[in-house]
Amino acid sequence: MCGTCGCSSGAVITLLAPRQVPAWLGGPAARRGLSRVHYLHEHDHTGHEHAGHDDHEHGAHEPAHLSHIHAGRTVELQQKVLAKNDDLAQRNRDWLHERGILAVNLMSSPGSGKTTLLERTTRELAGKMAISVIEGDQETTLDAKRIQAAGSRVVQINTGVGCHLDADMVAQGLRGLDPPSGSIVIIENVGNLVCPALFDLGEEAKVVLASVTEGADKPLKYPHMFRQADLVLLNKTDLLPYVEFDLKQYMTDLRRAAPDALLLQVSATTGDGVQAWYDWLRRRVPAPHD
Amino acid sequence: MHELAITEGLVDAVTERLPGARVTCVRLEIGALSGVVADSLRFCFDLVTEGTDLEGAALEIDQPAATCHCRVCGQDFEPDGPIALCPCGSAEVTVLSGQDLKITSVQVA
Repeated sequence: MCGTCGCSSGAVITLLAPRQVPAWLGGPAARRGLSRVHYLHEHDHTGHEHAGHDDHEHGAHEPAHLSHIHAGRTVELQQKVLAKNDDLAQRNRDWLHERGILAVNLMSSPGSGKTTLLERTTRELAGKMAISVIEGDQETTLDAKRIQAAGSRVVQINTGVGCHLDADMVAQGLRGLDPPSGSIVIIENVGNLVCPALFDLGEEAKVVLASVTEGADKPLKYPHMFRQADLVLLNKTDLLPYVEFDLKQYMTDLRRAAPDALLLQVSATTGDGVQAWYDWLRRRVPAPHD
Repeated sequence: MHELAITEGLVDAVTERLPGARVTCVRLEIGALSGVVADSLRFCFDLVTEGTDLEGAALEIDQPAATCHCRVCGQDFEPDGPIALCPCGSAEVTVLSGQDLKITSVQVA
């Protein structure tokens, strides 16, 4: 981990531009005609920018002066352990808000259909809503290539051994994406129902994607994740006739783990129910700034 | 294993606040609903602090119970597990405390 800003030095970030850049994605990076940019995170820790935070000063707290600390004394800190990540996340949030961009943190276990849902979302909302994607995976650019083929601008973040995205990785991803005002950035977190729950990325809303093939017990088994959700998407509903999944029990348990979350049932494969997901997104997109 | 990243964050936070100080004890508060496992954090602490100003420091962890407010019957209560359910049976609850993960204080040599 970088000692200055807390970012994970192992993360590798790759920008994949869509094969044909849509008119709405005419940001500076697109205009420069970049098709693939590696941000291998090798900085000297002196001048260090985060997604447009040119005046960024690291750390939410000032260092204490040693001369004021007596040896053998207890020093009260009362500081959140993740204060640095929370601070960077708030900077991301401010940056997105100033530009009128909706960011959504999409979390799930591996294989629940996040990328398939984003492929369909990108294809079906083409020309209606501008969407770009930050893909988080430990390794490979496989998912980013799928999203790129579906027509979205996408940045792949490979976390290496890391099991979640953090706010600094997302800041770098946003810098690479350069999303336009009035657009949506969907952050596809690393497939994991545990760790991503703890790391604020600066998103407007958290969406948890679950699928009927995973079993109905997930909200009770992973309550920390589900409690954070603004929206739960239950995917692969086309497979309900073929799997043992007690939908009524699921809804009861979800209500216990996440009383305030909205539940939508979708099938990313057949398209059933996805219109409600699109409507949910549309209601939250800010008007483009001039 | 987010406890590893969290422990790294903890060491960074302390060394930034107290640059150059030799830290002999770190006191943490891990709320019952914080999603962090104290034993995992203890496991990571010795590994992560090696070679830092915190090397050899003791780690004291306080794990306060969470408190919740029931939006149906109006009472405040302590949930007895990660699923916050009111004794009245309602799941319509607001978490008031217990989600914090905080460095309360450190002891310096």
